[in-house]
Amino acid sequence: MSLVHEIDYGTPPSLAAETVKLTIDGNEVTVPAGTSIMRAAMDAGIQVPKLCATDSVEAFGSCRLCLVEIAGRAGTPASCTTPVAAGMVVSTQTDRLKQIRNGVMELYISDHPLDCLTCAANGDCELQDMAGAVGLREVRYGTGGENHLAQEKDDSNPYFTFDASKCIVCSRCVRACEEVQGTFALTIQGRGFDSKVSAGMAEKFIDSECVSCGACVQACPTATLIEKTVIDVGQPEHSVVTTCAYCGVGCNFKAEMRGEELVRMVPYKDGLANHGHSCVKGRFAWGYANHRERILNPMIRERIDQPWREVSWDEAIGRVASEFKRIQAKHGRLSIGGITSSRCTNEEAYLVQKLVRGGFGNNNVDTCARVCHSPTGYGLSKTYGTSAGTQDFDSVEHTDVVLVIGANPTDAHPVFASRLKKRLRQGARLIVIDPRRIDLVRMPHVEAQYHLALRPGTNAAILNALAHTIVTEGLMNEAFIRERCDISAFEHWAAFVSEPQNSPEAVGLIAGVSPEAIRGAARLYATGGNGAIYYGLGVTEHSQGTTAVMAIANLAMVTGNIGRPGVGVNPLRGQNNVQGSCDMGSFPHELTGYRHISDGAMRSTFEEAWGRSLDGEPGLRIMNMFDAALDGSFKGLYVQGEDILQSDPNTHHVSAALSAMECVVVQDLFLNETATYAHVFLPGSTFLEKDGTFTNAERRINRVRRVMAPKNGMADWEITLAIAKAMGFDMPYSHPSEVMDEIARLTPTFAGVSYDLLDKAGSVQWPCNEKMPLGTPVMHIDAFVRGKGNFIITEYVPTDEKVGPRFPLLLTTGRILSQYNVGAQTRRTANVMWHEEDMLEIHPHDAEQRGVRDGDWVRLDSRTGGTALRARVTDRVAPGVVYTTFHHPDTQANVVTTDYSDWATNCPEYKVTAVQVAPSNGPSDWQRSYGEHAERSRLIAKAAAE
Amino acid sequence: MEAAKLVMMANQIGRFFVPQRDIDPVAAIADHLVKFWEPRMRAAIVAHLKAGGAGLDGPVREAVGRLKEVNVVNGLS
Repeated sequence: MSLVHEIDYGTPPSLAAETVKLTIDGNEVTVPAGTSIMRAAMDAGIQVPKLCATDSVEAFGSCRLCLVEIAGRAGTPASCTTPVAAGMVVSTQTDRLKQIRNGVMELYISDHPLDCLTCAANGDCELQDMAGAVGLREVRYGTGGENHLAQEKDDSNPYFTFDASKCIVCSRCVRACEEVQGTFALTIQGRGFDSKVSAGMAEKFIDSECVSCGACVQACPTATLIEKTVIDVGQPEHSVVTTCAYCGVGCNFKAEMRGEELVRMVPYKDGLANHGHSCVKGRFAWGYANHRERILNPMIRERIDQPWREVSWDEAIGRVASEFKRIQAKHGRLSIGGITSSRCTNEEAYLVQKLVRGGFGNNNVDTCARVCHSPTGYGLSKTYGTSAGTQDFDSVEHTDVVLVIGANPTDAHPVFASRLKKRLRQGARLIVIDPRRIDLVRMPHVEAQYHLALRPGTNAAILNALAHTIVTEGLMNEAFIRERCDISAFEHWAAFVSEPQNSPEAVGLIAGVSPEAIRGAARLYATGGNGAIYYGLGVTEHSQGTTAVMAIANLAMVTGNIGRPGVGVNPLRGQNNVQGSCDMGSFPHELTGYRHISDGAMRSTFEEAWGRSLDGEPGLRIMNMFDAALDGSFKGLYVQGEDILQSDPNTHHVSAALSAMECVVVQDLFLNETATYAHVFLPGSTFLEKDGTFTNAERRINRVRRVMAPKNGMADWEITLAIAKAMGFDMPYSHPSEVMDEIARLTPTFAGVSYDLLDKAGSVQWPCNEKMPLGTPVMHIDAFVRGKGNFIITEYVPTDEKVGPRFPLLLTTGRILSQYNVGAQTRRTANVMWHEEDMLEIHPHDAEQRGVRDGDWVRLDSRTGGTALRARVTDRVAPGVVYTTFHHPDTQANVVTTDYSDWATNCPEYKVTAVQVAPSNGPSDWQRSYGEHAERSRLIAKAAAE
Repeated sequence: MEAAKLVMMANQIGRFFVPQRDIDPVAAIADHLVKFWEPRMRAAIVAHLKAGGAGLDGPVREAVGRLKEVNVVNGLS
């Protein structure tokens, strides 16, 4: 194996359709008009020396190394900033150019430390390469002159260093921060000889606005900005392209290795979701894979108050099978179930649901997507016919109006957010609908035209009011509606949204938003050109989550914003494989490809393939499993890769349910919170240790490739096979590719998917079949999957969770850039530097009324439970609304959230909880007692032999 | 299965389907319960109706009534 090298074309591609023919060094080259000479040369395999140019950022023309000669033109223009012209004859290598380049390199090297042999970038340094390329043999200026060699090194960032003494001030880092990431944290301070890269206002990187996405490190041509792991370990010697295991963007990375040691994760330029960009999590926060708390041996115990006992894999698997069989014999076939993970691969999710349906003999399988995007599946299937988003991420390049509702892309989907911000900087306009002033509302070079800071729980009402404006003001796309939609359904819906209770004036009173702003936003979305809606859990995690998804689908249809690039309905999926786990038949009522289990003909194809008869009744959803456990009819649970105790609502209810079960089996990397109630722990493997696929938010099936052997001895898919075998249900596969082959055989939308295809194409978006052999970037182009688009009436029904004198504030929860979900991975990395505890955001008005100052401990109580955490006083939240994250088990934000859930899918209503906030002295009694329980429950007995 | 919770969930379903046009809301509610509620949940709501059905909204009550015709197993087979 060797390193995967990508070609750097020096400047970004031109998207022009018109082509231009020219001659470079005697070679005839044809390229799109507007292409730089540098890029055209590289197209022909001719590498023009360069330092300040790289194809992720626009040309800058500062290093003067890429100069060329053009026949008939005076001077030596920079090839990076000079576009091609028809008939142009270019020379990239002449004596004159050689002399100039030599002189330029001499100047650079005269102010650069000559420590190449001990430099961390040795072997991966463009300055070093260019010195060789131009044939530099001496530096005539000596080393005694004024220089920058004594500049201070900034190692404040946990993941990379900034060594100004090695900086050539090419501005690649500054431009990457601006153009690629869109944070504008870096600048060049000073002038002339004093010019220097500066983070923020001449601050240390860690104190600046830098979000540690790594774009600057990647762009740096020297060792000025370099990963600390490269400094520690050395240069990698081989790399493997794989997919990030954090959010639903699904970035491709090169895992760069030394043997079996991971040196660094470098975003892959050919990754079709991320195009070479990354965020702090995927780029740097992978150290959890080697964290000392990772469990590598299977463990069992009879009761949860006993210490764990390490056992062999055979004994652990045998215990799972014997306990599950015993429970079924005593309590019935339906008394056990399993939960698949949106953090695991498609193949692993498929195997867990197959184990449950074929091995347990019931449909009690659910997935953590239940608690996030299950309303998306139901809502979009009823309106459009497919349980997925309609676009690819590239679609945003064609968008004129972006409507973001209930999503916080800069924190939760940062790499897509960078694409979005770039489009906004180019002039697209923005509407944000969110109770909280998320960063997108106003940040460098981005400002929302409308921010509808609605009261939590009123999404459906606001969406109806937008529709009311569009319909009553005649802003509909009537041609689209006539041609593509069910007219009868449209007429009923149009009459409904036109009713007075849906007017902005009426809804404004309920939602706390001005009617003018609602009308303005509606007009902009309907008339501003290509309109695209991006939404997240702020839409789905409500008692009307499904209704709001349908209302979004209605809005896109009524304006004709469906079926072409630049438009569409785009659910931003939280975890890496939310889409995939749903696709794989993880829900208790359906098999792969969203086909209902009651469909006898379809079910029989699985029965034939699996050699088992399958139950045609839907199984229990996660929340139903808890309820059934408490009534004594559900006794055993296999949980793969989800921490239900920390992530599911109403922690007291979940812990009571887990306590009522006789055998809880947890398969995870760490002894998570759920494991404190478990009887069997099966150590899991990281994404670095397995083969498989993840499917991202744009339906893109990406390969996950194993770069090291599983540290626990078994990949996750192998563990599920072992349990199945012990349960008497043999699932003979020798590699995850065979699992995908079976999925493709049984699932029409995956019919064309194979590892061979993914290796050739890089990735594909389902549907991928005979009709669309390379996948489907944009759906519903000529017709909706269901035929005619279905407008559905979305009457606003207020949540049953009410504020009142005892609980006068509304709590809404969310996530932050540096942490991921329950924090099991990111809390075990240096990312804790940015977020070491959950904080409660509270408006200054509410804080003052309660005598709460910034940083104070406060109690947060709801009808369900209470916890304590520190307050952050901020006007990001409106008066009457408080906000916190759920990343830390010490806080357990979900001890406060309730059992209320979406009407259609049981997706919990995390986003609306009536609470009270009061000053506190520190953690609550419950937090202390839970902490003691968790510590006790994680004890591992010493091996008998010791 | 706690009856009060199931009643609340069933009524939520009812509040979505009742305002829809061109469909029989009672049939739609019953269909949703059959497609998405596990048999023991349906058995529990049916038992609750038999015991008087306190709290069930009108159309939901009617829909649960139709579930009696569904072959509801007790979940322990």
